Amino acid sequence: MNLLSVSNLHVNFHMKERELAALIDVSFTLNRGERIAIVGESGAGKSVLGFSIVNLIGKPGYIHSGSIKLEDKELTSMNARQLQAIRGKRIAMIFQDPMMTLNPVLTIGDQLVEAIRNHTKISYKDARSIAIEKLHHVQIASPEKRFDQYPHELSGGMRQRVIIASVLLLNPDIIIADEPTTALDVTIQAEILQLLLAICRDNGVALVLISHDLGVVSKVAERTLVMYAGQIVEEGPTLEIINDPQHPYTQGLLNALPQMTLPGQRLNQIQGSMPSLAERPSGCAFHPRCPYATQKCKQQQPDFIYSGVSSVACFLVEDMLNEFADHDQEAQ
Amino acid sequence: MPTPLIQISGLEKAFPTNESWLGQWRFQHGKLKRRKDSVHALNGVNLTINQGETLCVVGETGCGKSTLARVIMGLTQPSAGEIHYLDQRIDQLNNRQRMVFRRRMQMVFQNPYASLNPRMTVYQTLSEPISFHNPQLSTSQVDEQIDALLESVGISASSSDRYPHEFSGGQRQRISLARALSVEPDFIVADEPLSALDVSVQAQVLNLMMDKQEERNLSYLFITHDLAVVEHFATRVAVMYLGRVCELAPTRTLFSAPKHPYTKALLSAIPRLDTNTAQPIRLIGEVPTPINKPVGCVFQARCPYANQRCYEQSPAMMMQGDASSVACHAIEEGRL
Ligand SMILES: Nc1ncnc2c1ncn2[C@@H]1O[C@H](COP(=O)(O)OP(=O)(O)OP(=O)(O)O)[C@@H](O)[C@H]1O
Ligand SMILES: Nc1ncnc2c1ncn2[C@@H]1O[C@H](COP(=O)(O)OP(=O)(O)OP(=O)(O)O)[C@@H](O)[C@H]1O
Ligand code: SF4
Ligand code: SF4
Ligand SMILES: [Mg+2]
Ligand SMILES: [Mg+2]
Repeated sequence: MNLLSVSNLHVNFHMKERELAALIDVSFTLNRGERIAIVGESGAGKSVLGFSIVNLIGKPGYIHSGSIKLEDKELTSMNARQLQAIRGKRIAMIFQDPMMTLNPVLTIGDQLVEAIRNHTKISYKDARSIAIEKLHHVQIASPEKRFDQYPHELSGGMRQRVIIASVLLLNPDIIIADEPTTALDVTIQAEILQLLLAICRDNGVALVLISHDLGVVSKVAERTLVMYAGQIVEEGPTLEIINDPQHPYTQGLLNALPQMTLPGQRLNQIQGSMPSLAERPSGCAFHPRCPYATQKCKQQQPDFIYSGVSSVACFLVEDMLNEFADHDQEAQ
Repeated sequence: MPTPLIQISGLEKAFPTNESWLGQWRFQHGKLKRRKDSVHALNGVNLTINQGETLCVVGETGCGKSTLARVIMGLTQPSAGEIHYLDQRIDQLNNRQRMVFRRRMQMVFQNPYASLNPRMTVYQTLSEPISFHNPQLSTSQVDEQIDALLESVGISASSSDRYPHEFSGGQRQRISLARALSVEPDFIVADEPLSALDVSVQAQVLNLMMDKQEERNLSYLFITHDLAVVEHFATRVAVMYLGRVCELAPTRTLFSAPKHPYTKALLSAIPRLDTNTAQPIRLIGEVPTPINKPVGCVFQARCPYANQRCYEQSPAMMMQGDASSVACHAIEEGRL
């Protein structure tokens, strides 16, 4: 059984004038211990998806239809108390800004101890030694000293380590990390990623990494989902996606990287920009920006098809695959 | 021969720490002594920015990059050192004298949302500096300039009556750039202008910056932590650590033959696209805070090659054969 299966998920924002679709027919699975990444431009719906998995999508957003299953438990039909038990304990979230999770007026020690004692009945002293052990585990130097400090006394990198320690406390099955290193500088970014990676590996924790940094993704995730305008447009093993991107949007993202052109040359930008929810184009949502768009792309939505081990939603890829298949048949 | 536009020498900037009165006392030599600590954000920086070049500044968080930018722009007074614009000294100007340079030097910030006034339309944002610096222009001439400027940054002139929040991140950053360009500067300081943007939008903004540089022989001081951008865009790169420049080199040289131990660690830490690169060189210890002036090399605490001399004497910048300069004893002594 898959650890997590999201099927045909639709998430809407209920606005005054009209209903806006933020996620459209999103489906994917996550196995125990697997690491996947969700990539796409700003506004693609990555965070909405991350929040929806733990049913944390705030008003005016709501899950319109579809199913989110943690093993055999359906999360979309759980009440607040049941969900509370799942969050943290089985699925933990890490955000870009650690201050979203840390309480500025409590020492980090007290926050960790409280988190432990919320879930298990043990003495303060025992909880304290578990907390210090976890701080040590995330490579915080002199954890006894840090225990009594407030979040603002720590650097950004150290705060993110504390968050990872707090996530570890409860031995979750899944960590959802939404841009966990975007706010940090490169050397520290690399350290935090390695830490996250090691922790997931060592403890068999599955990871959903949300990022727009393809370099980061290629270091961490085994599988990658590419999102555009609230939909998944391509899904496959990360190396396949990076080396043989199939969808024109994925190709555009990779081509825009500075290392894809010679130094000093103009970069390959994708023309246009991500549409807002209210201005979602008809047919394939990428068509106004796609260099290969045809009349059909403006009118119909492409279905997912397999190209090797990746699956892609694009008419162009579909046509090319069909053509090659015909050639193969003729040749035989 | 490149012509220097900005020359910076011996630049220092210290900020007082906000320690309480009680916290300022130390017990030393058998008595209480009051000592006020300060953060040395810049610690003797020497740099030249040439006309038409892009000098990229890289380094860990807190190493003084933004402070350098602010001091050059005259937004913060330096504690010591000099800044020259062509042959005029500009670090001690009063507000009136600075006016000329306000026009020639412009700054673009990381967060395009915070740096644009949310209550001003794009038209208002751009017309203010244009009419201020060109009082002779008529309203219709100002309008013409605004339209042309917006077109040149890829924003349709018809959207000039919209407010910042009605634009995407990339569009907002292009509007900030349009505002900086509106007064036809020679020099633009850009402090992490791309870090709030995703790759496709980064490409738009970088392309625009390269186009404008070509059109007007602009010089950039470009602060970023994205080394792929540096490799693509920089003419030369300055690597900073704890308020000092530890390596300065032409871009190709820096990436193909990094010399300073910190530069090597920094370059190995970039998450590259392919998955089979070497493990990053791990730096041990947190980034130190530059409280009080360090004795010896600023990198000593985290450097695998530090010896006694590194703890006592600060290494000076030395020219290398390949047009780079490095401040490191180990390199000077031939140990590295
Ligand atoms: N509370 C909300 N009300 C209305 N629209 C929203 C709300 N939250 C998000 N959206 C919209 O949903 C879409 C997806 O947003 P989301 O935050 O998931 O993007 P993202 O892919 O995480 O982008 P980023 O990389 O910038 O974090 C966007 O168009 C956004 O404007
Ligand atoms: N106004 C100030 N008062 C006191 N200390 C300051 C002030 N501005 C900066 N500092 C300190 O000076 C040092 C250098 O800061 P600066 O902002 O220049 O770093 P940076 O290299 O731009 O870092 P980042 O990559 O995080 O932007 C830091 O230790 C910082 O805390
Ligand atoms: S379906 Fe058409 S518009 Fe969409 S990505 Fe493919 S070719 Fe482009
Ligand atoms: S001077 Fe010494 S401490 Fe500094 S970088 Fe060189 S070897 Fe390391
Ligand atoms: Mg997001
Ligand atoms: Mg800064």
